[in-house]
Amino acid sequence: MKVLVYPPNSMILADLVERGGHEPVVLMREIGEHVRDAEIDAPPLNVTEEDLKRALRYVSVEEPAGLKGRIGLLAPLLEEAEASIILRDAPPTFGCMGCVVADEFFKYLIRRREIPTLEVAYEGGEKVEEMVSEVMTFLEQLKKEGLR
Amino acid sequence: MEKVRVAQISCGTEYSGIQWIFDDIAERVGIELVYPEMELSEVELACKEVGFEVESPSLNMMMARAVSMLDDPTIKGALLLTCFKCAEGTIVKDTIRRFLHERIDMPIIVYSNVEKPKEREIYSRLEALKTLIARKSLLMREKQEGITIGVDSGSSTTKAVVMKDNEIVGEGWIPTTDPVESADEVIESALNGAGISRTDVDAIGVTGHGRELVGKHVKAALNLEEVSVIAKGAALLSRQHKGDATVIDIGGMDNKLILMRDGIATSFNLGGICGGSSGRFLEVASHRLDVDISKLGQLALKSKVRHELQSYCMVFGIQSLVVALGSGVKPEDVAAAACRSVANQVYENQIQEMEMRPPIIFVGGVSLIEGVTREFETMLGIDITVPPNSQYAGAVGIATLVSGV
Repeated sequence: MKVLVYPPNSMILADLVERGGHEPVVLMREIGEHVRDAEIDAPPLNVTEEDLKRALRYVSVEEPAGLKGRIGLLAPLLEEAEASIILRDAPPTFGCMGCVVADEFFKYLIRRREIPTLEVAYEGGEKVEEMVSEVMTFLEQLKKEGLR
Repeated sequence: MEKVRVAQISCGTEYSGIQWIFDDIAERVGIELVYPEMELSEVELACKEVGFEVESPSLNMMMARAVSMLDDPTIKGALLLTCFKCAEGTIVKDTIRRFLHERIDMPIIVYSNVEKPKEREIYSRLEALKTLIARKSLLMREKQEGITIGVDSGSSTTKAVVMKDNEIVGEGWIPTTDPVESADEVIESALNGAGISRTDVDAIGVTGHGRELVGKHVKAALNLEEVSVIAKGAALLSRQHKGDATVIDIGGMDNKLILMRDGIATSFNLGGICGGSSGRFLEVASHRLDVDISKLGQLALKSKVRHELQSYCMVFGIQSLVVALGSGVKPEDVAAAACRSVANQVYENQIQEMEMRPPIIFVGGVSLIEGVTREFETMLGIDITVPPNSQYAGAVGIATLVSGV
């Protein structure tokens, strides 16, 4: 299944999803497409007017420009996701969206999709194993449901 | 063109889709934008140094970038950017501006990103920033020498002064039509007033919107953007060469708020989003009140009853003014309401974004309208200085600076 992770640029979560036998849906891929697109200038600082317009499907025109740009980049991920993992309270080094308003709003949009979603709190130190195990169990369940 | 290094401190301008505009304009005006970096692990420490921490990781990183730039002596200015309408970003941006001002003496400009910014808005800001960095030694000049002419080719009026040994000896002021013809006319008028022949003039300097065109025509020895020049003119007219000061400049079609230290602009905020906060609004109001613009301020001072216009807008504010007159509100109360409307809008859009460092020096054509000065004084609870010849701040500034070229 296509599993969206939050934070959407978390390499660790993306790796876990792959190990769990699913396809991670992550921001790096969207940014990568922008970077490789010959039609878009000045990568990687290359949020386009189209990205900003795409965000208008989810946010009002009054929202700050940077929030629109972020949601515009994330919108395709949101639309193709079949399941999601939301990691709460992760430190910025784990994966980060930067703008807290865009953060909150994106999590809300994920929940509204009503796809199978695991919400798990970030755990450091020794408890990290429990967190990973919870994620892997969720991914295993997704696989079983996919086979049904 | 020698480039100056300016730190861009933002929370992620690239997401607004406008970074390329900043890069392009910076290249054209001779600025190298640099992005001070810091280890993620040091962000928390940096926030502690600033004394502020917020929810958004990128805004915390923005504060860390500001702390990091203090270690780079090659950086000569800062550009602070957050998104328009982001409340948290505005607070952080202002906090960083204060933090930097307390620690370093360099020009800082603030800007709020929108996804479709006007190129001219960004260009004029970066151009002013470049002048403040690259021409600092020239801007330190405190006295005019010899005989020079300063021309301020504004969007609404063209002004010229002839200065001799640090005194204004001739002046001219007319509404701008063709910028070149208007400049010729005011120069002629200023020279006639001074009784000085053009051949006796050592140099001409130009500033204002039409400066490129006029500068070529009059073979100007110096052509500078308005922010640095108006700050200098305000310092000269009010003899405020040392310490902090704030300059409010309201012209015919735009306005500026400039923080100044030792007679040189250090930070500024440009208006120009809405004509309702310009002299043009007061011109239309005086026309509706059937009073000459030069008498509007005196009329407003006679007001005893407070009346408010229902809108700041050039169209709806004036409509509200007409309705007020039709319903029996006295002309002096309406005149005061028009002055208050302009002062309020400058306050809400510009003054609120920057701290006011006394003394406050009010220049530009609108400074001659006493009603607006009174409204600012009431609003800010502080005396406002309107120096003599305040409408000629730009012309005096450039006439003085060109004498040092």
